[in-house]
Amino acid sequence: MTQMNFDDTPLVIAGKAYHSRLLVGSGKYRDLEETRLATEASGAEIITVAVRRSNIGQNPDEPNLLDAVPPNKYTILPNTAMCYTADDAVRTCMLARELLDGHDLVKLEVLGDEKTLFPDVRQTIKAAETLVTDGFKVMVYTSDDLIIAKELESMGCVAVMPLAAPIGSGLGIRNPYNIQFIIDELKVPVLVDAGVGTASDAAIAMELGCDGVLMNTAIAGAKNPVLMASAMKKAIEAGREAYLAGRMPRKRYASASSPLEGAIA
Amino acid sequence: MEIIVNGQSQSVPEGFTAAQLVEQMGLGGRRIAMEVNLEIVPRSTYDAHALSSGDKIEIVHAVGGG
Repeated sequence: MTQMNFDDTPLVIAGKAYHSRLLVGSGKYRDLEETRLATEASGAEIITVAVRRSNIGQNPDEPNLLDAVPPNKYTILPNTAMCYTADDAVRTCMLARELLDGHDLVKLEVLGDEKTLFPDVRQTIKAAETLVTDGFKVMVYTSDDLIIAKELESMGCVAVMPLAAPIGSGLGIRNPYNIQFIIDELKVPVLVDAGVGTASDAAIAMELGCDGVLMNTAIAGAKNPVLMASAMKKAIEAGREAYLAGRMPRKRYASASSPLEGAIA
Repeated sequence: MEIIVNGQSQSVPEGFTAAQLVEQMGLGGRRIAMEVNLEIVPRSTYDAHALSSGDKIEIVHAVGGG
């Protein structure tokens, strides 16, 4: 068998190298066992979690998410989901850092609208400024706007994560050209965060040259999440290899694959 | 005295500590984080942290999310 003759570099985020370019969320699963199995099948090393109020009178024996995705096995990436102001996002990150014993890698998202869950980039920039100054390593969810992406990079965010379609929509890569602009111009890792619906979407993102893809609903919302997690793992790898291989140019007309000479007449 | 825990008003004895609150909520030994009046209270200081009347407390943990 022919050996694949390329050396891929690992994905490096905030100085740490990862071999998987698939990042997964831990929301919307049926139970923690499904979370555990799907996370494992995805091969992901970075797992997002949300931070929420502990209920009064909570059953102390109730299983904990961090038992299913233990921080000694995965890089836990707390998010600021459902924060609509910079202040709330910063508070959430502070709580997350305390929760995770000083771990300072966070996914910043400040939302601007309940229907689309589009980011409020003004509040996002404000929060990023505070968080970076305070020593957080900020992976930032943002719109697919090159100018904003460049601004977030120059502020010191460790990864910029444009949406490909609204969160949880599964609509796929709706504007590949905008994502491409951001990939072309930024030096920090660019990851598509939100919008992927199925394996081909993930492959398209990687073929564009994304450094990685972050997804949750595409896996958790599949009929068989564990199988979809495995499909996504392969799609990310296939897309990455296709990107590194360099695709053939598109042509408007046919170009025969078989020799023209020697056909019987 | 009255304190507000995760948005709910609650009556506790004077001098009640953060550690006692955590125990009372059945969260002892759990991986949680606490904020009192917008300031983080490190887990290592729960025993020593006496709560005051009117304190606004948030106690959080990690849940599934994207």
